[in-house]
Amino acid sequence: MPPTPPQQPGRGAEGGVSASPVGMARGRRRRPGPSLVIGALIVLGVVAMALVSFVWTPYDPTLVDPASRLAKPSAEHLLGTDKFGRDVFSQLLVGARTTLFVGIVAVGVAALIGVPLGILAAMATRWFGEVLMRGTDLLLAFPALLLAIMFSAVYGGSTLVAMIAIGIATVPAFVRLIRSGALQVMRTEYVLAARAAGRRPFAIGVRHVLPNVGSLVIVQASVSFAIAVLAEAALSFLGFGTPPPTPSWGRMLQESQEMLFSAPRLALFPGLAIAVAVLGFNLLGDGLRDYLDPRLEDRR
Amino acid sequence: MLLRILQRTGVLLASLLASSVLVFAFMAVLPGDPARVALGVNASDEAVAELRTQFGLDRPLIEQYLSWVGGLLRFDLGESYVSRAAIGPQIADRLQVSLWLVVTAMVIALVVAVPFGTVMAVRHRHVSGLLLSALSQVGVAIPAFLAGILLITVFAVKLGWLPANGWTPPNQDPVQFVRQLILPALSLAIVQAAVLTRYVRSSVLDVQREDYIRTARAKGRSSMAALRHHGLRNAGVPVVTVLALQLATLLIGAVVVERVFVIPGLGSLLLDAVSNRDLIMVQDVVMILVIAVLFVNFLVDLLYVAIDPRLRAGAR
Amino acid sequence: MTAVTDPSTSRSKGSSRQRDDLVLDVRDLAVRVGDRTLVEDVSFGIGRGERVGLIGESGSGKSLTGLSVMGLLPEDVHASGSVRLSGVDHDLVGADERQMGRVRGKEVAMVFQEPMTALNPTTRVGDQVAEAMLIHGTRADRGAARAAAVELLDQVGLPTPASAARAYPHQLSGGQRQRVVLAIALANDPGLLVCDEPTTALDVTVQALVLDLISRGVQSRGAAMLFITHDLAVVATVCERVLVMYGGRIVEAGPVAEVFARPRHRYTQGLIAASDLTEVDGSGRLHTIAGSVPAAGAFPEGCVFRNRCPQATDVCRTRPPWTGDSPETGFACHHPAPDAADDLAGGAA
Repeated sequence: MPPTPPQQPGRGAEGGVSASPVGMARGRRRRPGPSLVIGALIVLGVVAMALVSFVWTPYDPTLVDPASRLAKPSAEHLLGTDKFGRDVFSQLLVGARTTLFVGIVAVGVAALIGVPLGILAAMATRWFGEVLMRGTDLLLAFPALLLAIMFSAVYGGSTLVAMIAIGIATVPAFVRLIRSGALQVMRTEYVLAARAAGRRPFAIGVRHVLPNVGSLVIVQASVSFAIAVLAEAALSFLGFGTPPPTPSWGRMLQESQEMLFSAPRLALFPGLAIAVAVLGFNLLGDGLRDYLDPRLEDRR
Repeated sequence: MLLRILQRTGVLLASLLASSVLVFAFMAVLPGDPARVALGVNASDEAVAELRTQFGLDRPLIEQYLSWVGGLLRFDLGESYVSRAAIGPQIADRLQVSLWLVVTAMVIALVVAVPFGTVMAVRHRHVSGLLLSALSQVGVAIPAFLAGILLITVFAVKLGWLPANGWTPPNQDPVQFVRQLILPALSLAIVQAAVLTRYVRSSVLDVQREDYIRTARAKGRSSMAALRHHGLRNAGVPVVTVLALQLATLLIGAVVVERVFVIPGLGSLLLDAVSNRDLIMVQDVVMILVIAVLFVNFLVDLLYVAIDPRLRAGAR
Repeated sequence: MTAVTDPSTSRSKGSSRQRDDLVLDVRDLAVRVGDRTLVEDVSFGIGRGERVGLIGESGSGKSLTGLSVMGLLPEDVHASGSVRLSGVDHDLVGADERQMGRVRGKEVAMVFQEPMTALNPTTRVGDQVAEAMLIHGTRADRGAARAAAVELLDQVGLPTPASAARAYPHQLSGGQRQRVVLAIALANDPGLLVCDEPTTALDVTVQALVLDLISRGVQSRGAAMLFITHDLAVVATVCERVLVMYGGRIVEAGPVAEVFARPRHRYTQGLIAASDLTEVDGSGRLHTIAGSVPAAGAFPEGCVFRNRCPQATDVCRTRPPWTGDSPETGFACHHPAPDAADDLAGGAA
């Protein structure tokens, strides 16, 4: 049997060797590690940016002001303006909305499809489970970006298309992880007891398996969120994501490229935003994993 | 072992078939008429109908699918709806370019990841290991196109050492070719290296705990030597797996990098086709990409058998 | 938890043998992880060709003692004290990797408990044996090392040694793999062989065979042996002397026949009674030792055995002194079992 492809080290180890079902180590929480804290802070920062933007932004991010184009950062424009005179800071704030929105919907779609599929694959007969796994593996040949480009070719580029495409591309990650976790849960004694007592599989799935894979879902959600942010940024960069004039970090980056020789800072700010956001979600995912169930992966 | 090869070949063929159906079905769902798109809104209905027949779009879907797959097997990818030029040669040209990019990036990533990952694993409790670990976390968060822009800013804009974009075939001007290859390959390589480093670290840490490493030390090898002689081959297996999985990401990442550096690779062909609604081109390019990924995975599976003797017949 | 080292409790003074005679000289070995002490105050010596058993249950610290001799303690576990090996001019405790690399596999070698995972799965068995010699340059070249490897595999009783040498570990059974490990250990004729439960993971039918091979291997080289195990029967068969460990300390030591026939420390007494499946106590039950082994580093102050000892009294809160003149014979117990002399004199314990 070939070694199972590892997910990101510690991103939901396939076939982990927990002695007891995942997510059951509730009594053994440790103090939150630095990854968790920093990750959470960054994510909260991004969320704050988005929320604030609903209420107030220094300027209207879509407001074109040719008189002050390419202004350097100053008291008036905290991060300066772009080639159209739009305030960079405001664009970043509103762009955070897009980033989060796409991430939430994409991960939501992936989880809503992937979790039940994963549980199904674990609880179904060998043959059906295998077929299901092969099917999702096939999806792995279509990374998020490619799928999104394909979707955009057919349906035109938009935020909705991006979200759905990224979501579908993220399904395999959830399916594999949840299936692995569900298999472990099903080996436990209390599930055995439930089955012996004649509980219907659906009931077992919902009452026993689902709650116990919860922590797996949370961790994977965080990691997949990071990937979604990256994919959305790439899409916007290519012109397939959120169409103008709605600000998006990826498109900001793309627009900055022409001005690279005169105003490289225009690339720095959205770039930094993207990188920091992705970093934040990754750290959060890692930190959550360590915190919720140290046995998901050996503590290194 | 033969059984294994046959089995993997079977899986490969089934996957190829299934993905071709997926890709075709996906494109077929498209609203709108490729012929009309090609001719423009004001074209006459007859002209459009004639073009449809030429493209074979009036045949039943099954027939279209079979004829497309048949063409793929004959390496005949048809003609672009937009330019009417043969698609096959275009893809072949562009593929070369993309391959240069991807392979170079992969090599750079490996060359960086293996030693750094090993050091991170061996020193995982020291400050140096933790610092490197933090660095790799940051590296993973930097998408290729961002890395590209940053590199351009530093090396092309500020320092002027390397060109900011463009592409020259190697046989035309080798020096310029290399100069134009460096930054794009590096952009792809940075995030790849970060990802691979983390896997190498994880894998080496796993191997370090293995009993046979202890046996090697009991023979008189130092920890590093034991790891080098006994660990690397075993640590290599998960890393190779990841390489294969990452290839899909890398190929797609190349799409964006090609846009940043204006490189005529497969990625830009795809993007242009999408913009032009040249759907047969999109279909073909996507299929080529998918075939490439599936094929690499297949090869890697076979590579396992070469690396790990336990996968050959007769393990106890 | 460390009590003040009272000179009268230190057993390393007044060793009856000169340091030079000993192949292995361990003094005041202690092993700690974090602030927990796992092994303390361990001193003993092994002479040329002597076969010494180290008995204890899991958690007694016996494996850690063996690993300390080899310098193979896990990452955050630290040893202190002194471990001297004849032929090596530096102390093994605190030696760096390079120094230890010259010692391990040549002056001292080890056979571990788990044969199934002890060998590299991707390298042929013969090469792994040859490697032991190539590392220390004890054979002229690669070809000579390979030939010697086949020879060694033959000595450890592998049938068709030449083809065995070309096999991969997964093609061998557990007993065969353990024999390979033994071949590796003996390849450079070490002065001391440390065995940590070498036969515990093997089938019963194979155990005797491997034990025999170990004995003969050691004997034919005139090597000394430290045999770590929980199995009293094995120690009785293979060893001349025995050290009994509990709670990270040596509680009794002496020649095998004497200690087994006439245990003085209450733990040893309980251990021997428990392994006797023919004797029963007053209520017709097999003998056991009450309670269970405390967690590592959580042994009681004073006498480490007192919370399980039926004879324990208040005085046992202080550490019992070592009664022997040397670390090789004696025990540390405030209320030892009567010895032969006491019996003859008719005195009660």
